[in-house]
Amino acid sequence: MKFTGKVHKFGNNIDTDVIIPARYLNSSDPAELALHCLEDLDKEFAQKVKPGDIIVAEKNFGCGSSREHAPIAIMAAGVSCVIAHSFARIFYRNSINTGLPIFESAAASEALKNGDEIEVELETGLIKNIKTGAQYKATAFPGFMQDIISQGGLINYVKNRG
Amino acid sequence: MGMTISQKILAAHTDKDFVEAGELINCKLDVVLGNDITAPIAISEFHKLELNKVFDKESIVLVPDHFVPNKDIKSAEQCKTMRDFVKQYGIKNYFEVGQMGIEHCLLPEQGLVGPGDLIIGADSHTCTYGALGAFATGVGSTDMGAAMATGEAWFKVPESIKFIYYGKIPQWVSGKDFILHAIGDIGGDGARYMSMEFTGEAISRLSMDSRFSLCNMAIEAGGKNGIIAVDEVTLDYIKGRLKRPYQIHYSDPDAVYAQTIEYNVAEMEPLVAFPHLPENTRPVSQAAGVLIDQVVIGSCTNGRLEDLAIAASILKGNKVHSELRVIILPGTQAIYLEALRRGYIEIFIEAGAVVSTPTCGPCLGGYMGILAKGEKALATTNRNFVGRMGDPTSEVYLCNPAVAAASALKGQITPPWEMVLK
Repeated sequence: MKFTGKVHKFGNNIDTDVIIPARYLNSSDPAELALHCLEDLDKEFAQKVKPGDIIVAEKNFGCGSSREHAPIAIMAAGVSCVIAHSFARIFYRNSINTGLPIFESAAASEALKNGDEIEVELETGLIKNIKTGAQYKATAFPGFMQDIISQGGLINYVKNRG
Repeated sequence: MGMTISQKILAAHTDKDFVEAGELINCKLDVVLGNDITAPIAISEFHKLELNKVFDKESIVLVPDHFVPNKDIKSAEQCKTMRDFVKQYGIKNYFEVGQMGIEHCLLPEQGLVGPGDLIIGADSHTCTYGALGAFATGVGSTDMGAAMATGEAWFKVPESIKFIYYGKIPQWVSGKDFILHAIGDIGGDGARYMSMEFTGEAISRLSMDSRFSLCNMAIEAGGKNGIIAVDEVTLDYIKGRLKRPYQIHYSDPDAVYAQTIEYNVAEMEPLVAFPHLPENTRPVSQAAGVLIDQVVIGSCTNGRLEDLAIAASILKGNKVHSELRVIILPGTQAIYLEALRRGYIEIFIEAGAVVSTPTCGPCLGGYMGILAKGEKALATTNRNFVGRMGDPTSEVYLCNPAVAAASALKGQITPPWEMVLK
């Protein structure tokens, strides 16, 4: 599976409070959460983002609160996947559990710029800048996590295990 | 090669005798926790498993604490979802408004968590319970939903960083400052995926309330858990609270650490974390003079009796500055009641502060103290991210309760010794 889209670039320590502010956590409706995704950093983000677009960030993406509303808001906003230098632990876990594809790549995080058109291959973690042809390889998930991802998240994984 | 205390607790919840850092393991859980923000999603994920029962009615703890008493209709619906689930599945440990408290103050107080436990909570500050010698870590709602069904969760066995605190603890320095020093040094991702083990003779002299504050903020350094081994202080605390068997673990002398960091606490000063990261710490003497609009004393970090006692000792007989408001939130009903009996509540009200029912409220910008554009708050809470307490242009400064109370009198960030000498 391949994701193709435009890069929305963010910096270090993008916390879950800015991904989805707590004032909206009285709802867990994905469509409603999507309207406010990242609004405290960029008021226009929810309007600007096109289906398939890709968030590229620097270190410690998703730090802070355990709110699963964060990956839910990102997915519902139309973002196909997130690439970062590194992810905070709970966000990493939540993304695997809920089916938001994430990729760790320091090189891609450093090189990619706002507006770059890129494609990302889910199975191989290969990230490619469409215009320049530059390629970056994301860190592979351990086999156990790949199982959860390939089965569409933790709940399906538990169900299939019986 | 030996194991750390964290590795030992994880191993004790598998069928293995030994686990090593990096290993992926499946563990049996002692406690699964959720609140009114995270439980509704966990419940909907749980329902997808189409089961008619939870793994154990006693081991699931549900606490409405973020937006209760219900702040609006949507919050009321979320709480109702939780309440209906509690009734349908016969969950024993649900704490209704009137009995509830901020979850991380409430669970230890009620004896629901204890040494050697393996605890997951759909709240990032679940790491608080490490202060009791437990392995406790925050997860998301889906993990919680699956765990309510299976009583299990997967873990990557973490490496550990050892923090050794020694020396005489200066007046006004608390567990909050121990952890702010660590976060300031290693940064917000310095312990990412790792255990933070707190040891040393200064820890053994730290009160239980201060230990909870310390472990509470392990997540602000990216930590998977924070942990303090059991000693006399822990045993005194759990006596009469914890009604079930528990296990005491200690790190092996030959356990391997990724890093060891030492602090002479005698050289410490209370810290203030400047916007917008907990790692932006400065000694309070170098933070003095920042004008503030609101002071918040409370939260799962600093809403315990010791915190209220320190604030009361400073506010007693004084008036808070006329150009700011002070909001004080006792962590639980029991803490509230004891503060009332000891006269703290009267001191707070006479000083011009408001005292709220226990709630996470303003800490996460939910309600009960939201900031307007450009306003500044000094808070004993745990996060100062952009927009955390209100408008995205507002600012939050983090500190211990003594600094918060002293600054409330002066209207600007102030070292406590300056206010108390006068």
